[in-house]
Amino acid sequence: MGLAKRIIPCLDVDKGRVVKGVKFVGIRDAGDPVEVARRYDEQGADELVFLDITASHEDRETLVHVVEEVAGQVFIPLTVGGGIRGLDDIRRMLSAGADKVAINTAAVVNPEFVREAAERFGSQCIVVAIDAKQVSASGEPKRWEIFTHGGRKPTGLDAVEWARRMKDYGAGEILLTSMDRDGTRGGFDLDLTRAVSEAISIPVIASGGVGTLDHLVEGLTVGKADAVLAASIFHFGDHTVLEAKLRIQEAGVEVRV
Amino acid sequence: MTTVAVIDYGMGNLHSVAKALQYVNAHANVVVTSERRELEQANRVVFPGVGALRDCLSALRQRDMEPTLRKCLENKPALGICLGMQALLDFSEENDGTTGLGVVPGKALRFKEQTDPCSNDERLKIPHMGWNQVHQVRPHPLWEGIPQASRFYFVHSYYVVPAAASVVAGETCYGTTFAAAIARENLFAVQFHPEKSQKHGLQLLANFLRWDGNDSLK
Repeated sequence: MGLAKRIIPCLDVDKGRVVKGVKFVGIRDAGDPVEVARRYDEQGADELVFLDITASHEDRETLVHVVEEVAGQVFIPLTVGGGIRGLDDIRRMLSAGADKVAINTAAVVNPEFVREAAERFGSQCIVVAIDAKQVSASGEPKRWEIFTHGGRKPTGLDAVEWARRMKDYGAGEILLTSMDRDGTRGGFDLDLTRAVSEAISIPVIASGGVGTLDHLVEGLTVGKADAVLAASIFHFGDHTVLEAKLRIQEAGVEVRV
Repeated sequence: MTTVAVIDYGMGNLHSVAKALQYVNAHANVVVTSERRELEQANRVVFPGVGALRDCLSALRQRDMEPTLRKCLENKPALGICLGMQALLDFSEENDGTTGLGVVPGKALRFKEQTDPCSNDERLKIPHMGWNQVHQVRPHPLWEGIPQASRFYFVHSYYVVPAAASVVAGETCYGTTFAAAIARENLFAVQFHPEKSQKHGLQLLANFLRWDGNDSLK
């Protein structure tokens, strides 16, 4: 027995409210991030990710209060992503009670930012989020590129190379999202997940495309991810985190139950 | 009312430790402090830590907290967490070699890139990040109410090797079996983060706030 694979629900937060409709039975306020976080914690979530999709800078302050409140009641690791652009953003989130921050676009714009952040706060709290899309044609060896701005803007950066570089710059973990699969419920891009996970020595969280519990299993076994992240499968009440863990355990993968 | 001082040396997230302590005991007076006087007045101390060991120790020295901290570690119930555990030893491989406080003989070594015999020979990722089992190798008041082999949340790249096996209170396997918890008299230190380890972590913190500092084996 050893280290457990992690199951991580992700909450999209806009102006301090959970969006993408959480539909738990018996929850008083499904838009309240604190309520939702507590529910996932009770179900056995190993960590939580809050993704801030708030457009304006002013409204972003509300997320700080959300993190503060969640951190006072839920005692598992909390990661905050979205709009992390400077050392001050990181400091503010960590002070509010976040354990890690996910850096996405800012890493592409200025890779040195990742190095500075890791040196200042430690690699353990720096997650680099990578949004990748397959760019190779069928028949060619598979290749994925980094895209920013919600998958609209190509960068020309090779995803596997980029993950290696971010590790060298001090990232403690990679949050890897397949833009081809995100929102499809058709399962992870397993080739992408495996390629990145095997290329680097830091943990990889697979994201994008989960529609069934078996997709989670595949991400961990075939994709060789260290953790799996999912949103809608949990939000819509299709499955609890505990159900997911029992299925993964049945498949012979170690989880915390 | 017990006053617990969470040592603030200007790095990392101390708020989650303080929040968790307050959560398990609403009556406890939890102070996050770098004031020597507050440390002296506290009934017990928590020595948390994330980041790099060298920065941690130089921050302690800059604030002139080291002598007071050493005294606390001698005579008050004290809990070291993560880097706060590693700092207690003589030496760490971190930053090409860093001298620690030397309160507990031993050293901290970096995990080697290898396969993990404890997890189907999978490649060992570094840092060791996530929930792993802690095997309690001897009874201790801080283990009270925590089932054997419970999982706690870890995130670290270095692990502690005490010179004396007798101080090991808990073990975890990640590539190698290492000391997840050490205990000696009034001192208890853990490599994992109890403040992030849900109910078992909170139980350990609650036990700490009740602990009189006597090792159960005495």
